[in-house]
Amino acid sequence: MNTAGVRAVARVRACPDGRGGTCLPVLESDGPLALRRTRGRGTEAQVLLVGAMSGPLGGDRLAVRADVRPGARLRVGSAAATLALPGQQAGEARYDVRLTVADGGELHWLPEQLVSVRGSELLVTTRADLDRGARLVLREEQVLGRAGEEPGRLTSRLTVRIAGRTVLDQQLACGPGAPGGWDGPAVLGGLRAVGQLVVVRPGFEDKPVTARALGEGAAVLPLPGPAALVTAVAPDALRLRRLLDGASALFGPASD
Amino acid sequence: MSRAALLVLADGRFPAGGHAHSGGAEAAVGAGRVTGAASLEDFCRGRLHTTGLVAAAVAAAAALGVDPVELDAAADARTPSPALRTAARKLGRQLLRAARVAWPSGELDALAGTFPKGAHQPVVLGVTALAAGLGPADAAYCAAYESVSGPASATVRLLGLDPFDATGVLARLAPEVDEVVTRAVGTAREAVGAGVDALPAASAPLLEVFAQAHAGWAVRLFAT
Repeated sequence: MNTAGVRAVARVRACPDGRGGTCLPVLESDGPLALRRTRGRGTEAQVLLVGAMSGPLGGDRLAVRADVRPGARLRVGSAAATLALPGQQAGEARYDVRLTVADGGELHWLPEQLVSVRGSELLVTTRADLDRGARLVLREEQVLGRAGEEPGRLTSRLTVRIAGRTVLDQQLACGPGAPGGWDGPAVLGGLRAVGQLVVVRPGFEDKPVTARALGEGAAVLPLPGPAALVTAVAPDALRLRRLLDGASALFGPASD
Repeated sequence: MSRAALLVLADGRFPAGGHAHSGGAEAAVGAGRVTGAASLEDFCRGRLHTTGLVAAAVAAAAALGVDPVELDAAADARTPSPALRTAARKLGRQLLRAARVAWPSGELDALAGTFPKGAHQPVVLGVTALAAGLGPADAAYCAAYESVSGPASATVRLLGLDPFDATGVLARLAPEVDEVVTRAVGTAREAVGAGVDALPAASAPLLEVFAQAHAGWAVRLFAT
């Protein structure tokens, strides 16, 4: 067992500051994961995830935890795309994201793309646990290889729970060594960018989102719960972002 | 167990409504992504290792006695497309109707009582296997094979593909069906102790995207 990779856990916790805004009593950077508070809008706090070194590399174990307490609003982005790279160490890298949002809390988790570079091996797991009454906007984008490059091996699992009930559990495996057919016409069909946008709003309980196809590359899918998924595939990162941004606009302002 | 019962359950002529579904092949043919035997094989291989694996694991877990309510919720979470969730429930209802006549059992009656609108088809398939005296691997084989045989026979109709070529595709995929069943049964056994989160969640983005578009087609040969 290889233990030479980097191990790091970055943490952020958002709480109401008592003056209508949001404070961050926990904001811990670790190793290659640096968290920086930036100017937020309105009552929300904004944090930027800044890669302090390249990675994840083979053998690394990286994790980010974000915890949003009742009434707090947090927006997390990243300064640049994350590159999964082959490391000196053999073996896969792991990147775990754990998000918790309490009743009345709101989290916007909007990192830049994850790029699976040739020769890399990465397992990403993102798990969002929401209390009833919590709100979430979560975007994930995976790009298979830099421009014109063969991708690495990427396995990505996304799980969303609301009040203990799993409303979404999906895993995508692609790249060399992934189970057969991943690049065929049922899964990615030669497209190189794939993304998910999850929106959870208590208001969807009474007014569920309507399922619809958005052209040939994306669909809006109401999940079993006050949640919706936009799943999208595109030839490249730019077109994927356009699809997800276009879909995002369909949900309208979060008033409920 | 009776090996012949497996043949009865896996028979394409078993009256459970499967013939009305193409497993996404109609949409893929319409989009020009499946045009012949080679692309059909790629399509089926992708389907087998994603939704086929999930269906096989859910069916195996149901045959091992894992709570159908939890399995149905797990299948929901792994099927984000509402068009596919509805189709899976409808197929489950149709299978249950046939199964209760073929292999009357208390478990199947209880399932009908718990899910008046139908449970996901693989859940029903697993409980049916149990009622027919079959085991988890048999249930997984039915689900995994169905995940490729449906699109293959639909493509014969959709493209006028030579049925010999379609059968050749299925024969070439057989070793991978075996692998998928082994994985599915392994995770189903884990789920007995560890809960349904242990089940695989492999997804196929294009199947989901196209299922929603296909549901909106005014004229189509297949329901999915």
